[in-house]
Amino acid sequence: MPKITFIDVNGNSRECEVPSGISVMEGAIQNGIEGILAICGGSCACSTCHSYIDEAWMDAVGKPDEIEDSTLELAMDRRPNSRLTCQIEVTDALDGLVVHVAQNDGW
Amino acid sequence: MATAPYIVVGGGQAGLQVCDSLRKFGYEGELLLIGEEPVLPYQRPPLSKHYLGGDLDAARLSFRPASHYEKLGIALRLGVRVTAIDRERREVVCSDGSRLAYARLALTTGTRVRPLSCPGAEHPAVRYVRTLADSDGLRAALGDARRLVVVGGGFIGLEVAAVARKQGKDVVVIEALDRLMARAVSPQISNYYATLHRGHGVDLRLATGVTAIEPAVSGVRVLTDRDEACEADVVVVGIGVVANDELAAAAGLACRNGIVVDECARTSDPLLVAAGDCTMHMNGFLGRELRLESVQNAVDQARVAAGTMCDQPEPYVQVPWFWSDQYDVKLQMAGIGMPCEESVLRGDPAAGSFSYFYFRDGRLCGADSVNRPADHMACRRLLAQGTMITPAQVGDEGVDLMQIARG
Repeated sequence: MPKITFIDVNGNSRECEVPSGISVMEGAIQNGIEGILAICGGSCACSTCHSYIDEAWMDAVGKPDEIEDSTLELAMDRRPNSRLTCQIEVTDALDGLVVHVAQNDGW
Repeated sequence: MATAPYIVVGGGQAGLQVCDSLRKFGYEGELLLIGEEPVLPYQRPPLSKHYLGGDLDAARLSFRPASHYEKLGIALRLGVRVTAIDRERREVVCSDGSRLAYARLALTTGTRVRPLSCPGAEHPAVRYVRTLADSDGLRAALGDARRLVVVGGGFIGLEVAAVARKQGKDVVVIEALDRLMARAVSPQISNYYATLHRGHGVDLRLATGVTAIEPAVSGVRVLTDRDEACEADVVVVGIGVVANDELAAAAGLACRNGIVVDECARTSDPLLVAAGDCTMHMNGFLGRELRLESVQNAVDQARVAAGTMCDQPEPYVQVPWFWSDQYDVKLQMAGIGMPCEESVLRGDPAAGSFSYFYFRDGRLCGADSVNRPADHMACRRLLAQGTMITPAQVGDEGVDLMQIARG
């Protein structure tokens, strides 16, 4: 099972096993990662699962599509490595992925 | 004497959000969430979309795993209905006979489907989509069905129609008004969706009322006021919802097509707040009272309600937004566009990617976007900031709306 390391806004790091086929956001929720809210449930409508992809993983994860790119406009502090984690499907190729959780609305 | 817990009545998205936000606001006391359905709070939007289509497991609908509730100290009472609120004694009465004391109470009771009232409407082939159990039942019924009749051309009915067409079912949609989604979108968007559904093979009958449902040799016959008869194996009714405000009304709280709350989600009793679909609320952004059935309202108003419960009241002023997925077309709505005095097209409907921006009293009040997420997001930001923008600007594709929204 792929392992993903989540680093929350307080710098706490946790490596989690996440099954292939679900989204990185769902993996974070299942593991109780702080700061991933996902209020729209993964419909790419709210930006509250915003995270920064570790530089080393940007190519493997890829770029946002048009809908995600637009939705990211709602995110605070968007950066070149910003992604909505609900739009990233976990695969074996992402084993070892490192994700820095963004400040999502202060909630 | 120990302090009584805060109790949240209603296990939907608003109920969960009140609980989560109470902890964010620093409430450390006992917290109890009471939900009528026997499952952890789950997402409803997929019930008429991907979940109905079989693309999602039930486990993936839960907002949070059980460990979340343990971690935040949220006690759960699921499969239990609150039957009365005794405001004098500050207790709720539950369907299992228990009485539970509260220090403060949040009502997130949601809505229930509006039932079809014509003769024969209680036939078992007639179904609704509100709960997980409803969607599971419909999914199973559609499995063997060949012919579906949808009563009501709103979001739920049209989403179900789209799923059923993808599965190759014969689908008839009967809508009483002369256009689709009439309560939420403009005539231009309604017309686009009528063409879209007809293009996908839906037999769409507008301005047509259902008069009766009769048993047939196989399935039922749906009779209309145009003297038509549509045979169906399954009938899905999506003709709106009714606010669950009876509990509040019986307790003497002000109700008017929903539980009446102020900008800070307070009911007419200062110890009680309410949030989500069930409230008739004063919305600071719109400057008027309304009831909203949406994820956005559930979450944003629940946060306001939690703040009020923690004596940190802040007015509810968020911009409303909604979405609907039908076939591979994403409809996103920002603000409250209807009624409007002017609607301005941006983009090209023939290319399947466009928005209508709406103006009321000379100001932007909303937009409906079809496969056009950038317009939707720009509109949400423009509305939230109160940025002035003209019809000429939004109609000119050479003008970068997001650039203006960024300021």
